[in-house]
Amino acid sequence: MITKRIIPCLDVKDGRVVKGVNFEGLNDVSSPVSLGKYYSDCGADELVFYDITASSDGRRLFTDILKEVASNIFIPLTVGGGINTLDDFDRVLKCGADKVSVNSGAIKNPELIPLAAEKYGSQCVVISADVKRVDGGFRVFARGGRDDTGMEAVSWIKRCVDNGAGEVVVNSIDTDGVKKGFDIEMLKAVCEAVNVPVIASGGAGCAEDFVKLFKEIPDIDAGLAASIFHFGEVKIPELKKLLRENSIIVRL
Amino acid sequence: MIAIIDYGVGNLFSLSSSLKAVGADTVITGDPDKIKRADKLILPGVGAFGDAIGKLKAEGLDKIIKNEAENGKPLLGICLGMQLLFDKSYEFGEYEGLGLIKGNVVPMEGRIPQKLKIPHIGWNALKIKKKIPAFSEIKDGDCVYFVHSFFADDCEESVAATTEYGIEITAAAANGNIVGCQFHPEKSGEIGLSILRAFCGTEVEK
Repeated sequence: MITKRIIPCLDVKDGRVVKGVNFEGLNDVSSPVSLGKYYSDCGADELVFYDITASSDGRRLFTDILKEVASNIFIPLTVGGGINTLDDFDRVLKCGADKVSVNSGAIKNPELIPLAAEKYGSQCVVISADVKRVDGGFRVFARGGRDDTGMEAVSWIKRCVDNGAGEVVVNSIDTDGVKKGFDIEMLKAVCEAVNVPVIASGGAGCAEDFVKLFKEIPDIDAGLAASIFHFGEVKIPELKKLLRENSIIVRL
Repeated sequence: MIAIIDYGVGNLFSLSSSLKAVGADTVITGDPDKIKRADKLILPGVGAFGDAIGKLKAEGLDKIIKNEAENGKPLLGICLGMQLLFDKSYEFGEYEGLGLIKGNVVPMEGRIPQKLKIPHIGWNALKIKKKIPAFSEIKDGDCVYFVHSFFADDCEESVAATTEYGIEITAAAANGNIVGCQFHPEKSGEIGLSILRAFCGTEVEK
């Protein structure tokens, strides 16, 4: 059967990895190229690069660096951040991205997902949603979690999948940064609503949180995290060993 | 020189960088002369079968590839490029393939348990069925990366490896000098690179 995926996520700003990275044995800890290669070599199943650059100059730099990252890793690569048009899809796919993750771009223009799915195939289109509890329901937030869109999250995600998104990333704003585990309740609600791979994001604080995620939601496909991998608090080979000891199928 | 056949289907960036990483001398080309002169051929592809075979035919490349492979030139088909090697595909209609490996390409829908997601995307384990030179470094249980909704069936004689997704699915097929991988070796980490290295006949970098 398909293995459960472990995905490190790198935030890149003006061509450098941000969000403090602390690694032994890496000469240049904020180089996306050396970090990407490090993760690829240590057993990550996929990499996610988010471009959090605001300027167009920074974006060009990101594109150059993306090419270099992509030519040095041999696992799937998902790229997100600033994806608003089909031209943005084209730009990152030509640099070696395998999948493109859309967030605010799809909220601003819901036609983006069906158009991209038709042109590049559903397997290439990832809907990433920042979700937070408001008045007892799940709400979609835009602009990096700053703006409440007022939309109910599960139905928004379902609509994106019906329109052609082939994968879903659910970032729980409620658990993000808290390091007390993934948002099981929110993720379950999404998994029940869609029949495409769902990636859990936000809240992982230790290796056991991944065990709990895959045990409690057998349908979830992947766990994504950033800082706990970057700071070496959770090492991917050890995490995978632990998952396998808990009868969760992973690639070793 | 290894020719990566370019017929306007899909993105060749990853394939070309992984071949570079294993030290292969490659050219991305749709030029019949270059394809004829190459020592080995790689047929990539993503998208729909009908569209892909149509494009090969429009460029006259179908006959050239078939000819070269039948005359013994090593040929590696990847993903849709693998499916094109078979007799026929039933993806959105019925299309004739290159007929280099006996078998047909059929949809997963209706053949795998309903609860499983289609496309089959992700890392899945190989079960080796036949010893072939390109898989010299591969063992049972090694994981490779798949992205597909259709698979090769009725090809028992040529199955080199399978993977389990509710049912046993053809992961690789071989007929002498012709090899096809349903998965993406260029996205399958060190295992995938070892397949490309073995196919290209390049040495492991020490």
